[in-house]
Amino acid sequence: MDNFLTLFETYNVPAAFWVNIQLTFWAAVWSLVLGTLLALMRISPIPSLQWLGAAYVNIFRNTPLTIIIAFGVLGLFGQLQVSLTDDFNLNFFRLAILGLTIYHAAFVCEAIRSGVNTVPLGQAEAARAIGLSFLPAARLIILPQAFRGAIAPLGNVLIALIKNSTVAAAGSVAAEASSLMKTMIEFRGDLVIPIFFTFAIGFVILVIPVGLLTTWASRRLAVAR
Amino acid sequence: MSAQNVLFDAPGPKSRRNILIGNIIGALLIAGLIAYVVFLLGGKGQLAAGKWTPFLEGRTWEFFLLPGLLSTLRAAAIAVVTSVLFGLIFGLGRLSHVKPIRWFAGLVVEFFRAVPVLLMMIFLWLALGRSNLVEDAPFWAVVIALTLYNGSVIAELIRSGVHGLPKGQREAGLAIGMTQMQSLRTIEVPQALIAMLPALVSQFVVILKDSALGYIIGFPELLQNARRLGVGEGNLLQSLLIAAVIFIIINFALSSLATKLSTLLSFRSKGRARDETIDGIAAAEPEGTLSR
Repeated sequence: MDNFLTLFETYNVPAAFWVNIQLTFWAAVWSLVLGTLLALMRISPIPSLQWLGAAYVNIFRNTPLTIIIAFGVLGLFGQLQVSLTDDFNLNFFRLAILGLTIYHAAFVCEAIRSGVNTVPLGQAEAARAIGLSFLPAARLIILPQAFRGAIAPLGNVLIALIKNSTVAAAGSVAAEASSLMKTMIEFRGDLVIPIFFTFAIGFVILVIPVGLLTTWASRRLAVAR
Repeated sequence: MSAQNVLFDAPGPKSRRNILIGNIIGALLIAGLIAYVVFLLGGKGQLAAGKWTPFLEGRTWEFFLLPGLLSTLRAAAIAVVTSVLFGLIFGLGRLSHVKPIRWFAGLVVEFFRAVPVLLMMIFLWLALGRSNLVEDAPFWAVVIALTLYNGSVIAELIRSGVHGLPKGQREAGLAIGMTQMQSLRTIEVPQALIAMLPALVSQFVVILKDSALGYIIGFPELLQNARRLGVGEGNLLQSLLIAAVIFIIINFALSSLATKLSTLLSFRSKGRARDETIDGIAAAEPEGTLSR
């Protein structure tokens, strides 16, 4: 047991989880923005934009996240020399955020669309009746209600995002949790099971409050009908 | 509310003109975006024939892409079978009327749903590699990790499917003298499975996508082989793109099947067939089963 505890002096486990939380936070913010935009496109009256939204969702929802993240490092950075900052390590971190954002935006879009489906027809008709055109109706009437109806599915996307932030390991983000776990097990192979459970329980602790919070929020904020 | 034709009226002449203008601008924007990307790629020499011709050669497919695809499909196929079995066992466990069984099954299912698949994969890979139990540690790590996660999701699907059935089904079973387990096994779970078929097929898409995580632990699946090919030929960008296209085609076919099943089944079953493709990555219940 003493052996196990000294591991935590050598390796900074909370710092690794902090990297995952940061990855999750930034990817969540950006994918919410991109996903809302895509959802707007998909419900808009303009066929070419509808097509673009649908094509985006179908392409990225069906691509493994691992490929998208690996593409960021091997394709964008390795072959095209695209870099989002001069700092070598920060660049991998940002490319991972980019990959996570691109993938999860497709799921955010679908979550918001399912939220739009909870808005009764009468709301849209009323918006039209008082003379609102598409964008004002979407901004003032439909989306506010849609977001409140989409909290539960958005929460599921957020939970998936927390867990998927470990895939940044494929994008050379060496400081995140799954990479640290690998290093620790390779260093102390005799403690493989306690090390795994430390990290697993770390994720359980991160994920469960999000589940509880979104369930509570989706009930609390549900539009009474 | 159907998303289409609701936020906007049946358009009159003026709106029709506005929509047409918007459509043209949108199309131009898309064309411009594509042209810009092509221009950028061309500027960096990525469109040179040499970068793409390897994909016309038989040996590229014979030695890299097809073996990779084969091991991806093999791992995914085994994981589909084992996770359905895992799901059935733990789904029945969660519905059992014996409290300790229900608690144990609940604990296992909630644990494996909350832990990232990659974390389990790395752990299993290193643990199996150390123990010398199996020869092909990466392969079994991929299969077992996919089974534990997706099996748990399927167990939840079965549970929510059974809860979605009308109460009469169970009562009828009990009335003709079945035990609770018999009624579950022969009456409720079969119906729940059919009602949840679309969600189940969407989960297969998740299995196939997550099998690509094997790349990180050195399992020679499609992505890994595409990378090796790309390193050899100096066309990483192109080979990853081809690998992605192969994944997209297979997954798109599976997703379309799920949507089709969901419309077909909405006429058939008493249970509520729910298309959970929206949260196909987490496929958790909207009520958030994690809260329990």
